[in-house]
Amino acid sequence: MNQTVKFYQTGTLTVGNRLLDPEHRTVQASEERSNAITCGHRACQGCGEALGARYAIDAALKAADGNLICVNATGCLEVFTTPYPETSWQLAWMHSLFGNAAAVAAGVAAAQRVKGRNRVRVVAQGGDGGTTDIGFGCLSGMFERNDDVLYICYDNEAYMNTGVQRSSATPGGARTATTPAVGEAPGNVFGTGKNVPLIAMAHNIPYVATASVADLHDLEAKVTRAMGIHGARYIHIMVPCPLGWGSASHDTIRVARLAVESGLFPLFEAEHGVVTSSRPIRRKVPVTEYLKPQKRFAHLFRPDNPHGADALARLQAQADENCRRFNLLRAEEGK
Amino acid sequence: MLKQIEGSHAMAEAIALCRPEVICAYPITPQTHIVEGLSAMVRDGHLTGCEFINVESEFAALSVAIGSSAAGARTYTATASQGLLFMMEAVYNASGLGLPIVMTLGNRAIGAPINIWNDHSDAMSVRDAGWIMLFAETNQEAVDLHIQAFKLAEELSCPVMVNVDGFILTHAVERVDIPDPEQVDAFLPPFDPVQVLDPASPMSMGAMVGPDAFMEVRYLAHHKQMQALDRIPEIAAEFKAAFGRESGGLIRCYRCDDADTIVVAMGSVVGTLKDMVDTRRAAGDRIGVVSIGAFRPFPLEEVRNALMGARRVVVLEKALAVGMGGILASHVRMALRGHPNRVYTLIAGLGGRPILQPSLNAFMDRVAAEPHYDVHFLDLREDVVEAEIARMAAERRSGPIAENVLRRVAALGQMMLPDAAVTGDRP
Ligand SMILES: Cc1ncc(C[n+]2csc(CCOP(=O)(O)OP(=O)(O)O)c2C)c(N)n1
Ligand code: SF4
Ligand SMILES: [Mg+2]
Repeated sequence: MNQTVKFYQTGTLTVGNRLLDPEHRTVQASEERSNAITCGHRACQGCGEALGARYAIDAALKAADGNLICVNATGCLEVFTTPYPETSWQLAWMHSLFGNAAAVAAGVAAAQRVKGRNRVRVVAQGGDGGTTDIGFGCLSGMFERNDDVLYICYDNEAYMNTGVQRSSATPGGARTATTPAVGEAPGNVFGTGKNVPLIAMAHNIPYVATASVADLHDLEAKVTRAMGIHGARYIHIMVPCPLGWGSASHDTIRVARLAVESGLFPLFEAEHGVVTSSRPIRRKVPVTEYLKPQKRFAHLFRPDNPHGADALARLQAQADENCRRFNLLRAEEGK
Repeated sequence: MLKQIEGSHAMAEAIALCRPEVICAYPITPQTHIVEGLSAMVRDGHLTGCEFINVESEFAALSVAIGSSAAGARTYTATASQGLLFMMEAVYNASGLGLPIVMTLGNRAIGAPINIWNDHSDAMSVRDAGWIMLFAETNQEAVDLHIQAFKLAEELSCPVMVNVDGFILTHAVERVDIPDPEQVDAFLPPFDPVQVLDPASPMSMGAMVGPDAFMEVRYLAHHKQMQALDRIPEIAAEFKAAFGRESGGLIRCYRCDDADTIVVAMGSVVGTLKDMVDTRRAAGDRIGVVSIGAFRPFPLEEVRNALMGARRVVVLEKALAVGMGGILASHVRMALRGHPNRVYTLIAGLGGRPILQPSLNAFMDRVAAEPHYDVHFLDLREDVVEAEIARMAAERRSGPIAENVLRRVAALGQMMLPDAAVTGDRP
């Protein structure tokens, strides 16, 4: 969204790095990167959350010129980055509880204000469970007070740290440890769950965005934009979890991209409750392309599952509805 | 300055004198007047350099406090009863992280049945949460303890809970000496945190700790409280030197020197007990009172020394460990282990039931002759209890106990006082 796309790399549908202006290139190893999460963490191979957090926090650090304090909810990210007595964090970082990251961050922000440390910025982060379920009260309170906090949710669509149980971000049909693929309607029940980016918008906070590890430029740009604003801000990042989703470690980016390209995970920005931009889908793929590489959806494709076709149709309908709602299939300008 | 003032407002003024930088709270009776007072002071500019944050729950209140304290701001909150339970996870977290938050607990019963009146059930529910727990006897002491609490908390980097009896103290209007700002500034230095979230020197706080180090971390929390056993009386002495008043300390003894019977209690009921002691002393009874000022850390040695000479110890407590009996009494028994004196548990004042001199006197009159010295309930309505027990035994679907008891109490009329009613003993 921060660049006019001139050319796509054949085959992958990604924007060719080499063809971009130098400032738009994703450079993983550079002396300028702050490397907020450094070596020694214990995330699984191909963990989307580790990747997303590293890019998000690096971008926030850069935007804050290093003056950043980060509050982390309990969850995989917290556990795999701070196995005592080691820490992978290169910035002032705090973990308190599972459900209170937004409130703790509000307290940190209040302290900065009262101490006159105007340059110090505050980020809170947590998984989907810590955000959309147990931390939801504190999150809504932080939004409602318009506390000067950027909250980042890393959505891997289940409680991964405790062994892949269902959260209110788990999609319909998905198998988790508490929505097993057995019985009449296998997997997670359709028609349940909540859309926290939209709920965040309903608080009229200055900035809400969704992002994906499939597009790190876009993710960095959104974090940077959010850091340029004061008040309560929310970024919801899709981060595939190879362990919980039953996808190959090397497929994390591909799966994340298919979520976007199918329309299941729309990328958009909103200011004060109004959608201001969305990322158009260049070539829409059927949801089955996204679902097939993930074992959590395997039962939907089993011929002996009488409800499989219906479940797939419902997921496709959700994707189509997202495309309509966020106008994702519009012809891209300048193309 | 001497003022005729409501306890909550006096405490609010004292807290403001301590120059808190972040205050966050969620309303619950009987704590409300304290935080309302503070919010007004922040709004009208009396209390500058302070953020007052209205939050959506007690869990958030203490969580905001955890954040601001970890970021180096002097932080205050207050709650009671259900609110304390609602923030329970954060209560343990604040002490585990070693954050010097000061919290007032306007002591109130815990439901069900929901009850807004005073007892110590809330405080007792967090007795092992790692907070230093102080109890105020009067509103003057409540004022003074808050000033001492910030000093103690910040020196040891440990949260401190100041317990004040709901309504009896929080809503009582009486004469209180509010210190001058200069006096408080001289007594309480600015907050100099031992750990702080600071981008200039980044560190990780709240890391996961496994079996290899958890025990040591816990031991050090205990060690801190053992240090507090020294610091609490020292700070009380410094306070006396600066303000000219006795306030705080681990325990306080009243007419205990030659006492046969000593009553042990915490909080405002000590005032009632002192009156009782004076009356009984005048009639020749050798009786005294020990007031527990610090419940955590529990001053085992001081309590032992104070009680060793007595033949009987009556522990009057406003809490009940259901299925066990006394809580403070267990602590006193621990302090007295190996000594032959008898320790009686007298549960009194639950859910705000008045603790009256005639009832206390009736109990004291017969305590020497009392064969069993386990749990006694002051002014328990035996008739109501017996009838309800019988009804529950007779009927399977006997319905909710609270409603049945209320109905029966209404039918039987007002509670009668000791000579007519029984001082119920239910071991
Ligand atoms: C109050 C409380 N309840 C439950 C837990 C157990 N718990 C720890 S992490 C976690 C799951 C985290 O899920 P999520 O927030 O989605 O993060 P993820 O691990 O998936 O990144 C749970 C249930 C806890 N630590 N605290
Ligand atoms: S379980 Fe999932 S979220 Fe957790 S570390 Fe592994 S890949 Fe990452
Ligand atoms: Mg998750």
